[in-house]
Amino acid sequence: MQWDWQVFCEDTITREVQPRCFGPGGDITYVEWMLSAWGWTVSVSVLALLLALLTGSVVGTLRTLPSSPWVVRLGNAWVELFRNIPLLVQIFLWYHVIPALVPALKGVPGFVLVVIALGLFTSARIAEQVKSGIQSLPRGQRYAALALGLTTAQAYRYVLLPMAFRIIIPPLTSETMNIFKNSSVAFAVSVAELTMFAMQAQEETSRGIEIYLAVTGLYIVSAFAINRLMAFIERRVRVPGFIAAAGGAGGH
Amino acid sequence: MLNLDWSFYDWAVIGPFVLKGLQFSVLLTVVATLGGIAFGTVLALMRLSGRKWLELPATVYVNGMRSIPLVMVILWFFLLVPFVIGRPIGAELSAVITFIAFEAAYFSEIVRAGIQSIPRGQVMAGHALGLTYAQNMRYVILPQAFRNMLPVFLTQTIILFQDTSLVYAIGAYDMLKGFEVAGKNYGRPIEAYLAAAVVYFVICYSLSALVKRLHGRIAIIR
Repeated sequence: MQWDWQVFCEDTITREVQPRCFGPGGDITYVEWMLSAWGWTVSVSVLALLLALLTGSVVGTLRTLPSSPWVVRLGNAWVELFRNIPLLVQIFLWYHVIPALVPALKGVPGFVLVVIALGLFTSARIAEQVKSGIQSLPRGQRYAALALGLTTAQAYRYVLLPMAFRIIIPPLTSETMNIFKNSSVAFAVSVAELTMFAMQAQEETSRGIEIYLAVTGLYIVSAFAINRLMAFIERRVRVPGFIAAAGGAGGH
Repeated sequence: MLNLDWSFYDWAVIGPFVLKGLQFSVLLTVVATLGGIAFGTVLALMRLSGRKWLELPATVYVNGMRSIPLVMVILWFFLLVPFVIGRPIGAELSAVITFIAFEAAYFSEIVRAGIQSIPRGQVMAGHALGLTYAQNMRYVILPQAFRNMLPVFLTQTIILFQDTSLVYAIGAYDMLKGFEVAGKNYGRPIEAYLAAAVVYFVICYSLSALVKRLHGRIAIIR
């Protein structure tokens, strides 16, 4: 077959090759479309990650509270609920079902709904990791903190959580990479991210291999960048004398 | 709640759509698990072989697959397989090939961890008894490794079952599609998505509860 990389410099409407690869004025070329799609992928992923870290940490912490069985049960129910429904189905629920049942959510843009769906889906996995991070600490740490007169909240804030979060950086790294990969599922509700671009541009130009190669490349670049960033964070926050445990092998 | 039409939930009406899709979802899950474990074991053995020319391609394959979203892999295969074999194939067959190739990368990581978790002494004892590499793998290492890995395999299979819904990207007829078609036909998409969520939840939740029970029973006593 013949490569045709010029397709990226074509105008998306007139299909003429633009000399500088970027469209004049308001017109855009395929490469511009792709870069903006990458921006959407990054935005969806980063916002969903923030939501997931926030809710996941809260739920994960609540699940380790001693002597509050109902809070623990509620936390477990949260995790089971978001972990046992496929992400695509959850996105459909947030996009099609919830706005129909809750009138207040009717005008919310699809982008926001996808961020919520992806964020809560990932929060269940993060809650699981936060919980196992806290539980992997020697029990003496909790007792020592309480014996020093710290309240439960203070014990978590100053003793347990700082250590637990350091321990779970490796699984959080793979979860962050997962969220970038999972953001591709947003294509199903027409969020203009990379996979959506790949499908539409492939159809319009019939240069599927070039388009898919570029999109795949961008995904790999994103994954690599996160990997380096998290390794940097891990080095920066390391407590001398402690070595972080490695994560499991399965999952997506 | 508000204005749900409960009459939609009539099994006699939507059953045929859902069952047709469920059949494919289950088939895809089973074939991809078995194929993925077989191909994944080969990849794991290549990576542990200690020979550069075997290690390198396996490592590139596994890491490559693991850094690309599944949806993109599904799209890639749907584009490339007909191109390679020179004739169009259906979305369903393409999905099966994709899932075997994709899951092999994940299963190979599980198998690799399983093999590495076998104590060195077992490997050396096998060699000392005069077993060849293949015999050692076949009779000493893999049986123990697979037994240790069984719960992780099953957990991965549940994830895989959930991921089969992504064949939506190429329009294959899986369980989610079954619900969607039923919802469209009767003008009740909202009820259909809700029902799909409930059914997926029930299946995956019961399976993972089962795995949890199995986990306690299967551990090797040392």
